[in-house]
Amino acid sequence: MEVAAADLLDVCTTLRDDASLAFHQLTDLCGVDYSTYGRADWETASASTAGFSRGVDRGIVKAASADEPRFCVVYHLLSFEHNKRLRVRAATTDDPPRIPSVIDIWPAADWFEREAFDMYGILFDGHPDLRRILTDYGFIGHPFRKDFPLEGHVEVRYDEQQGRVIYQPVTIENRVLVPRVIRGEQNPLRPADTKEA
Amino acid sequence: MPEIRNMTLNFGPQHPAAHGVLRLVLEMDGEVVERADPHVGLLHRGTEKLAESKPYNQSIGYMDRLDYVSMMCNEHAYVMAIEKLLGITVPLRAQYIRVMFDEITRILNHLMWLGTHGLDIGAMTMFLYCFREREDLMDCYEAVSGTRMHATYYRPGGVYRDLPEQMPQYQASKWHTQAEVDRLNSNRQGSLLDFIDDFADRFPGCVDEYETLLTENRIWKQRTVGIGVVTPDRAKALGFTGPMLRGSGIAWDLRKAQPYETYNELDFDIPVGVNGDCYDRYLVRVEELRQSAKIIKQCVAWLRANPGPVIVDDHKLTPPKRGEMKGDMESLIHHFKLFTEGYCVPEGEVYAAVEAPKGEFGIYLVSDGANKPYRLKIRAPGFVHLSAMNEMVQGHMLADVVAVIGTMDIVFGEIDR
Repeated sequence: MEVAAADLLDVCTTLRDDASLAFHQLTDLCGVDYSTYGRADWETASASTAGFSRGVDRGIVKAASADEPRFCVVYHLLSFEHNKRLRVRAATTDDPPRIPSVIDIWPAADWFEREAFDMYGILFDGHPDLRRILTDYGFIGHPFRKDFPLEGHVEVRYDEQQGRVIYQPVTIENRVLVPRVIRGEQNPLRPADTKEA
Repeated sequence: MPEIRNMTLNFGPQHPAAHGVLRLVLEMDGEVVERADPHVGLLHRGTEKLAESKPYNQSIGYMDRLDYVSMMCNEHAYVMAIEKLLGITVPLRAQYIRVMFDEITRILNHLMWLGTHGLDIGAMTMFLYCFREREDLMDCYEAVSGTRMHATYYRPGGVYRDLPEQMPQYQASKWHTQAEVDRLNSNRQGSLLDFIDDFADRFPGCVDEYETLLTENRIWKQRTVGIGVVTPDRAKALGFTGPMLRGSGIAWDLRKAQPYETYNELDFDIPVGVNGDCYDRYLVRVEELRQSAKIIKQCVAWLRANPGPVIVDDHKLTPPKRGEMKGDMESLIHHFKLFTEGYCVPEGEVYAAVEAPKGEFGIYLVSDGANKPYRLKIRAPGFVHLSAMNEMVQGHMLADVVAVIGTMDIVFGEIDR
């Protein structure tokens, strides 16, 4: 189910309180960055010269637009009474991304929203304590964004001369051993008539 | 008259009762906790991001390392998500093997929990008893997968290989005499199934032993009764699942409510607590140990009677046999494609959840049609349980914080991911 960010709180309150819905539990909440969705690492034509280990994309990120929002927040709800699950997705087009917090509707959202903020930089309006949660104290950046390199920006080591732990720029390089490919045709493993509803 | 102020106490991250790397900042009024602020993330490895940069099959091993005391259940959720997107059905024998190993994993996890929870609040012997039984189950893991912990045994489409006909045996060495080895090998003469069957027979007796030590123990009850009480409504709102939810009196178990694999054909009960305190959650988990042994017995009986394939025979997804590759061009190509590129999963998104020992372990998978996941979100039960830490320990003594950490059954591999 898709929801506009502006209606999110009303929709969620109804989902929880209406007796025919009764989604009393927020099972999961996460951010998704759609900026490289559907993009393969390399096209076969140019691979013979470039080699696919260079096929890492860096800094190639689609700009957010109103019809193609970059960040989404995905909520998974569970209704114990009706034994049903529901997935709600709310897109945000603002920069920086903002979305209302559902912490007053489901207290379980507390840490999930902190995590989504930490990983994607999505700001949850109304969250009382939006601190980083999983990354290091003083971390810069939002690591799960698609333009954040897998190996990060800084590494930590103990410095003999200074006698303390220091941060330095990363010295390792990411090697892509298996390129990301998208096969055009319908998946051959699955006959067309058994498609999920 | 000295000025009396609240004291801020730093608990962990190297505290032995912190179950890994939990750092708690506690605001204390005397010995009473006013506020608890867990700092997590010291074990953050970015599993989700790593999985996004690897073909599907290469991330199965990461799943073992999330909740590293219930390894196969994590794999299970991950391969189930892939199978859902691919729309394939797993052979029935593989489903039974998965159920059996899920329950073995549940026993492994609960034994670990019982041992460390006991140790945390003063019952040293429990730890030794529990690890004695864990060792047998670790041997089962080793027999099927070659490793004691990080099995990578479940694969999309089934399990990696069939159960071995011969249970591995101890060898005599300078530490073990032949007589000792013969005694250790006495229940390892047959197949793996014989060994598991023997284990499931004697395990309820072991659980009785644990219970004689704890259930009516005065100290144990003083430490757990009435500690960390969570009402049913609050448990739902806080996102509790698994034994934490059932301890509060809600009979909710994914194995019954939304059965996956062959759980709907097996006979077992869901234990439920009454008061929602640490003691009830203890009783729930101990009863789950017995129920798991019951499920294992049923699986063993079925697996003995029904041989068959354990993985789908589609070589776009599973590697062909080594022998076939020697003589068949097609098999060689399949093998090459599978290991250099993997397989593409159709575009779509899916949420697959299993009832892991700690609660609902879910995988939310978004695929854009590539050979790597576009987004993988791991819904770890421990993360949600720990987020309720502040609420559960407010007004309790410092010593009860340890009991609450123990009852949550937290493991940092899955919380920090």
